[in-house]
Amino acid sequence: MPHVTVDGQKVEINGERNILEVVRKAGIELPTFCYHSELSVYGACRMCAVEVDGMGLVAACSTPPADGMVIRTNTERTRRLRRMVIELLLANHHRDCTTCEKNGMCKLQSLAYQLGVRKVRFGEREEMLPIDDSNPSVVRDPNKCILCGDCVRVCSEIQGIGVLDFAGRGSRTCVSPAFGRKLSEVECVYCGQCVAVCPTGALTGKPEGEAVWSALHDPTKTVVAQVAPAVRVALGEVFGGKPGEIETGKIVAALRKLGFAKVFDTVFGADLTAVEECHEFLGRLKKGEDLPLFTSCCPGWVKFMEQYYPDMLPNLSTCRSPQQMFGSVIKRFYSKELGVRPEDIFVVSIMPCTAKKFEAKRPEFVSDGGVRDVDAVLSTNELGLLLKQAGIVFDELEGEGFDQPFGLATGGGVIFGVTGGVAEAVLRTAAASLGVDSGRIDFQEVRGFEGTREATVRLGDAEVRMAVVHGLANARALVEAVRRKEVCYNLVEVMACPGGCVGGGGQPYPNDMPARKSRGKGLYRADRTMQLRSPSENLAVARLYEKYLGEPGSELAHEALHTSYGPRRRISGDMRINGATPGALDVSVCVGTGCYLRGSYDVIDVFTRLAESDEFIGRVNLKATFCLEQCDRGVSVKVGDKIVTGVTPENAERVFFEEVVPRLPQER
Amino acid sequence: MVLKTRQDVESFADEMRRALGRQKVRALVCAGTGCMANGSLKVYEKLRGLVRAKGLLVELDMARDACSGAGAVEGTKVTSDRTAGPTTAAIGVSISGCHGFCQMGPLVRIEPQGILYVKVKPEDVEEIVETTLVRGEVVERLLYHDPSTGEPARTEDSIPFYRRQVRVVLANCGRMNPEDIREAIAHGGYQAIARILDGMTPEQVIETVTASGLRGRGGAGFPTGRKWSFARAAVSDKKYVICNGDEGDPGAFMDRSVMEGDPHKVIEGLMIAAYAIGADEGFIYVRAEYPVAVSRLKKAVEQAREYGLLGRDILGSDFAFDITIKEGAGAFVCGEETALISSIQGKRGMPSPRPPYPATCGLFGKPTVINNVETLANLPSIILKGPDWFRSYGTPTSPGTKTFALAGQVANTGLVEVPMGLPLRDLIFEIGGGIRSGRKFKAVQIGGPSGGCLGEEHLDVGLDYESLAKVGAMVGSGGMVVMDDTACMVEVARFFMKFTQSESCGKCVPCREGTRQMLALLTKITEGKGTPDDLELLQELALAVKDGSLCGLGKTAPNPVLTTLRYFRPEYEAHVVQKRCPAGACQALRVYSIDASKCRGCTLCAKVCPVGAISGERGKPHAIDPEKCIKCGTCAEKCRFGAIRG
Repeated sequence: MPHVTVDGQKVEINGERNILEVVRKAGIELPTFCYHSELSVYGACRMCAVEVDGMGLVAACSTPPADGMVIRTNTERTRRLRRMVIELLLANHHRDCTTCEKNGMCKLQSLAYQLGVRKVRFGEREEMLPIDDSNPSVVRDPNKCILCGDCVRVCSEIQGIGVLDFAGRGSRTCVSPAFGRKLSEVECVYCGQCVAVCPTGALTGKPEGEAVWSALHDPTKTVVAQVAPAVRVALGEVFGGKPGEIETGKIVAALRKLGFAKVFDTVFGADLTAVEECHEFLGRLKKGEDLPLFTSCCPGWVKFMEQYYPDMLPNLSTCRSPQQMFGSVIKRFYSKELGVRPEDIFVVSIMPCTAKKFEAKRPEFVSDGGVRDVDAVLSTNELGLLLKQAGIVFDELEGEGFDQPFGLATGGGVIFGVTGGVAEAVLRTAAASLGVDSGRIDFQEVRGFEGTREATVRLGDAEVRMAVVHGLANARALVEAVRRKEVCYNLVEVMACPGGCVGGGGQPYPNDMPARKSRGKGLYRADRTMQLRSPSENLAVARLYEKYLGEPGSELAHEALHTSYGPRRRISGDMRINGATPGALDVSVCVGTGCYLRGSYDVIDVFTRLAESDEFIGRVNLKATFCLEQCDRGVSVKVGDKIVTGVTPENAERVFFEEVVPRLPQER
Repeated sequence: MVLKTRQDVESFADEMRRALGRQKVRALVCAGTGCMANGSLKVYEKLRGLVRAKGLLVELDMARDACSGAGAVEGTKVTSDRTAGPTTAAIGVSISGCHGFCQMGPLVRIEPQGILYVKVKPEDVEEIVETTLVRGEVVERLLYHDPSTGEPARTEDSIPFYRRQVRVVLANCGRMNPEDIREAIAHGGYQAIARILDGMTPEQVIETVTASGLRGRGGAGFPTGRKWSFARAAVSDKKYVICNGDEGDPGAFMDRSVMEGDPHKVIEGLMIAAYAIGADEGFIYVRAEYPVAVSRLKKAVEQAREYGLLGRDILGSDFAFDITIKEGAGAFVCGEETALISSIQGKRGMPSPRPPYPATCGLFGKPTVINNVETLANLPSIILKGPDWFRSYGTPTSPGTKTFALAGQVANTGLVEVPMGLPLRDLIFEIGGGIRSGRKFKAVQIGGPSGGCLGEEHLDVGLDYESLAKVGAMVGSGGMVVMDDTACMVEVARFFMKFTQSESCGKCVPCREGTRQMLALLTKITEGKGTPDDLELLQELALAVKDGSLCGLGKTAPNPVLTTLRYFRPEYEAHVVQKRCPAGACQALRVYSIDASKCRGCTLCAKVCPVGAISGERGKPHAIDPEKCIKCGTCAEKCRFGAIRG
């Protein structure tokens, strides 16, 4: 067996890709900012440098082990370099540690402490860049960025999006969305995976704790909590527990102590979703329409579809997510039972997710009279913080049960929080709904952590071909394969985050794959201990249909529990080409990819020449815009309010005279 | 027109040489970037116009037609105007690549006499035509005159700047029209690849290059033959070769001159490399800031395709090869090979950790060899003349010649090619003609921002990889900035650090943050705010950046700091302890005072002082309040009596 020597100790090489992994086997954890086993090797932070005989100082993360290597991890040279790296990073880091969102969980902070860096001998960061808190989910503070590139790689490699990348050169290098825009103006789906990997406070979830405190302290408000499944196997970590420990009872007790009037279980919403979605699925399966059906519980995935695959939106389940179904039920129906006006009920969801914050603010999710269904979304991390603020000693809490009726939940809803869980819940419901006794409740074939999994499940006469996918890069590959008709499924479960909700962007740090797997196992354990396993058995759900909704898929159910989707621009905003003259006609030429390839730049050239000519000067405000959602008919041009498609460099002049000139304001 | 065999190449070369010989006199006007900037193209146009008006202009095509006979190949485009028969006093007028003596441009070389006219203006053209081209006499005033003796140099070779040079890579630069493949072939172009394809195996080519001891001329000096053998050994369905023409060191322009002056030599070198490792596709990565090089390379590649020298079944062999010219977008770091590969692939030019080395996993994940322009331009001669000939120049471990770009306060700036191992002193004082305007030599910065600053005590160091490395400098790409005693070494280190910190790719922490902080410390010192502790911190930081950076840029960026700290430490100490700049270069450390014996009390200085630091009665000597003075120097500039020192 090939081996290396680590600080005098022999260690076997057994397929490890780099020295860092081999060294770990010797019981030594090398410090690093930029190494993540799930991401490509970047080799930039230099913290993991080790001395190798004959090679000198090398980065352990990017050097493969070789037989006979003599590695020393703790030498004067490695120590000096690591401390210097920390000192350099701190010098350019906005060190407002005491008031930082990441205080106490920051890797830069902890490594600086561990390595004994007690003084920064260099000057302080001079330039402060603007903080981007333009969206409901993620806050980006470039002044705290150490340019490890973890966010850049997770977004492009795992999520297949690439919202963030490096811009600028030398000491002006920074991480930025395209064109220096804000996250809200680009294709960010708010999954928060960048937040999950960011070692510092450069990327954090957007806090909503203050709004929740205000509501809790407002005597006119009835504050209702719903707790997502993935939270119960992760919150304990905030208080020193291990990932996967089930803390449901303590969470309920803690929320009551905080002053919530009612503490409900989002699993109820999940059960309801499973029932509605199962009905939708069986209907489509019967008709053979709009298949495969893609699940729609994950708001990151939904936004992803709206941006990249608008043509596939009919395949997306119209069911709202469990969070939004729950909110709708509370505001529309439960308010009546409580005898409280919907606007006086304040629904707080506790979610493992950053995208849920965005979802709650989507314009679709308001009940009658413009009342928002979910008023605030707290991440697992934020709930931990609220408990600490209130001085609640989590470990000493006695477990309590959820309030009824929406505390009633089944195992099927619990596993919504882990990849494969929604698919399994729908299968359990479908088996019941079809009256099939498959002799089992577990569908092991859809479980696991491989990025894309396929299974064919027989339910009586029906055969369901399904796929389960997590991580949006995997999802993209699957959707592309579906479009090319290379694969054929009836049902596809998609979760944006690797591992599903247990790995959401709002979960405690470290939020790595081992932690996610432990949390997933915790959910399956919780499922096994539930008395009811199939969402179809949820009596509270049944009562809701009985009392208010009629039956699954009814008109009322559609109004309260379903939604619709539309194409979404990937990048917003215009770029002005000529001077802005008040009162002049706005003409925007699309420079999105589709139109660009069809020659929109040449169209702009023609338009610019005409707009700048003596005859029309000052009468046209020419702009470039990013997407007019007419990608198959480009080049698209927006003239005033009208969208003209099919413009080419050849017909641009004619289009200008036929479409633009007649709409021009009269000469002054 | 397609050359199909080695014999085709040789007989075509003969034919072209004969054709060139029909031009009894030939005027070559330098069209290198430096001379063009000084207006050489106007000289060229006027020269051509005058010769044509006289009916004496002979283009290559006509000369060729006139000596038609054996070996004539059909299909050549005839583009000339037939104003003169080759039987009369036939004159050729052509542009050429860079001669290297850029300071004296625009340059015009007259062949066959080998006369070099310097600083030629359009007004001089008439006289050149009448006196030299027609009557064969020399225009003495346009010759180079030795500044010490005042003696004119009748031929290019007799100019001290050229006398000690050995031009291998630059052999054809300045001697032929780089935009015409026929002239390149007449000057021996494509003969090496023809010989290789006529019976040498790739292994033999690698052996020859290995035996020559050629080392990478881009800076690191890795043995070229060894690099190739790795790529040769790599098993893959596809391999690439890349010519690194992303020359970026401030003041370095050797690769540019080769690409502009002899692009076919670069192409041939790349073909040899491709054949040796088994690649069928090549890229020439050249900076977009070299528009002349880009356009000449593009032209050269097109012509090579036209002549069947690129494409399939080259010269009747089964060797297939083609080249794409890829323009860089201006990042210095793209000269680093992994960043360059990333850039060709359309990604941000950022270096990646090695291993894997490009020789096993390079462009698009395939085995790739990247060689510098000058390295490639050495190859044809090595193949044709053999490794022993190559080893007859230079030192045993650094054989061959190396081009250097002489800049700074040296009398003769420009591009030179000398055998490696030449003592620094010979280069600066013989070829370079010593320090300009009689000042004292102080230091020389070798190897650009990655190199080091050497002083008087190093003048006998040989210019080879080992000797320079030993003293903390490096050959680098061959940039050489000579400084006199008015240069402040702290300021010099600061200048180079400013460059590297803005050109770092920003990826690894030591380079990105370390260069930022080194610059901040150096700036602090030149502004007189430094402390002795800062010197220690600077040293510690420089060593950490050198030790810990990811790529060559960061690993070498501290060299200017480390060498100046090592060889010019008293100067640093003067800045931080006495708050004094011994060279008087750091503005903030100047102390302005008025010499009472010279001051006439005109009050002008007091009037122009923006902060009211100068006082005194009219007619009496004035004084400067050092507390108030902001050291702007306006008073010294305005004083008509030279009374203000600082």
